[in-house]
Amino acid sequence: MSHTHVLAAVSRLDKVLIGLGAALAGLLLALPLFGSPLIVDKLTLLMIYIILAVSWNLLAGFAGLVSVGQQAFIGLAGYFVLRLAEAGMAPFPALIAGAVVVLLVAWPLSWFVLRLKAAEFAVAMWVLAEAIRSVIMFDPLVQGETGRSLVTLNAIDADLRRTAIYLMAVASAILVLAVSYRLLRGRLGGESQAIRDDEEAAGSVGVSTMRVKRTIFLISALGCAIAGTLWLASAITYQPRAAFGINWSVFMLFMVLVGGLGSFLGPVLGALLLFALQEAFGDFGAWYLTGIGCVAMLFALYAPRGIIGLITDRLGREPLSMRKELDVRSERRGR
Amino acid sequence: MTQHPSPGTGDLHNDAPPRAVVLSADRLVKRFGSLRALDTVSFHVRDGEAVGVVGPNGAGKTTLFAALAGTFPVNEGRISFGGQAITHASAETRNALGLARTYQVPRPFLGMTVFENVLVAAQAGGGAGQAEARDLAADVLARTGLMPLANVPAAATGLLDRKRLEVARAIATRPRVILLDEIGGGLTEAELVKLIALIDSLKAAGLTIVWIEHILHALLKVVTRLVCMAEGRVLAEGDPQEVMKDPSVRRAYLGSDPE
Ligand SMILES: Nc1ncnc2c1ncn2[C@@H]1O[C@H](COP(=O)(O)OP(=O)(O)OP(=O)(O)O)[C@@H](O)[C@H]1O
Ligand SMILES: [Mg+2]
Repeated sequence: MSHTHVLAAVSRLDKVLIGLGAALAGLLLALPLFGSPLIVDKLTLLMIYIILAVSWNLLAGFAGLVSVGQQAFIGLAGYFVLRLAEAGMAPFPALIAGAVVVLLVAWPLSWFVLRLKAAEFAVAMWVLAEAIRSVIMFDPLVQGETGRSLVTLNAIDADLRRTAIYLMAVASAILVLAVSYRLLRGRLGGESQAIRDDEEAAGSVGVSTMRVKRTIFLISALGCAIAGTLWLASAITYQPRAAFGINWSVFMLFMVLVGGLGSFLGPVLGALLLFALQEAFGDFGAWYLTGIGCVAMLFALYAPRGIIGLITDRLGREPLSMRKELDVRSERRGR
Repeated sequence: MTQHPSPGTGDLHNDAPPRAVVLSADRLVKRFGSLRALDTVSFHVRDGEAVGVVGPNGAGKTTLFAALAGTFPVNEGRISFGGQAITHASAETRNALGLARTYQVPRPFLGMTVFENVLVAAQAGGGAGQAEARDLAADVLARTGLMPLANVPAAATGLLDRKRLEVARAIATRPRVILLDEIGGGLTEAELVKLIALIDSLKAAGLTIVWIEHILHALLKVVTRLVCMAEGRVLAEGDPQEVMKDPSVRRAYLGSDPE
């Protein structure tokens, strides 16, 4: 059977954006050759934000699973890295393995939390994050409130360490973006959106709702775990209260809602905005949090679809949209 | 209960004389609080058959579909499909086996386009690969008259198009048995003729059809057997004309003219 129906071709704008993205990725990877240590550190943080925003958007924007407890995986990842390093694993392998081990916790958790209804799920995730944190604080290795440093990583030459962590962060961000692009353009994207829109009806057309939700949940957990290990790697010191802090959820919500929930590009734009706001107002302490709250409120009131919504209205179409458009011209040719 | 062979085109595709029961429900009970929405309902459908389901409002017709399709579990009774027990199977499993339903009150995926709605059904329920699913979805859109709306957000469509979309999505899952719930309401005569042609083409392709419809003259053009329900029970079933003449059926319809 020959296939006559095709999706509308990728638009000129999207091709340009993908090209620009690739060029930017190359530039970022080469940056340690000429960038100052300060810039490298800051961009590492930006990469962490992008990974977090994309991960949270996969969960909330595409599968409709709003969680305020993703810091559970950020905090756990850091803890596992510490434990693995303590057990004698070299620091860089431990950073990677620590993130993967988080899946061993997320997987059984998913069986429980994904059966809950929307609001219960959101709250349950937060309660779980708090519960996991209190358990971990009992571990003498962590020393309760004091926290602990990843000493083996600290022993590595500072410049080398900075560059390596930065490159890991850039590579992870590229990976997370590429994987989510592929998944969302494919079958899983449609299935998760169907679940988001109407879970019962999704089941009635054959969507394996549990399998799809679990897949998205685990990918999102892994994304947060990667961000968690990167954050530990750049901070060196692990403090459970910070690693499991609710402010991670506040940041994720901010980035995704202000950037554009359920779009591909929105979370990246949201991450850029959060990063820029922190750069500009981070020194004002509590005031800067108030500022972030105000920006979020303004968007909720005047641009509920976020930055991407504003751009879409301007351009007439969403850049890098995940929408699968049937090429109606090919349809005419095919008939 | 009399068994009628399905007439016309369907027979060209299947020459095995007595057809097997494909969908069977035994003594189903579904309670909502103290209400017995299904009160010991038995219901059997043979392969290739087209069965109509009628009955006054609140008779339990939609509840029967929901029970068959696995939208909610029944309190008592057993359901089997293609010889396999599905009483406790999930909706997606039942769909994968070949049982599709439409919703009386349409439930489109509002954040997706019409094409995407059908595409996801073709991929998930229809088990079609990427390119195959596109063809299947486009074909279904053309057959249901939705092609002009392919790239329109489902949220921007009206009730009639949403009903079409219900049918399109169900067909795209490539079912063996399709449960259609009041898809004809609100259509003009010309549109009804098109709908009947669509259902006839599904029949001709070998699909088994169960259709709940209040528009009797349309229903009777398609079905070979009629089941009448009232107050959670099956009042009568068999030859459509006979069923409509049945005194208990006429009583159930008292006040609401059967034609
Ligand atoms: N989810 C529910 N919760 C409580 N009661 C329900 C529910 N669904 C249906 N009912 C009740 O069950 C009975 C049967 O309803 P059902 O929708 O099956 O009727 P129906 O034959 O499809 O009627 P109609 O022709 O109006 O669509 C009604 O009394 C209805 O109010
Ligand atoms: Mg009904």
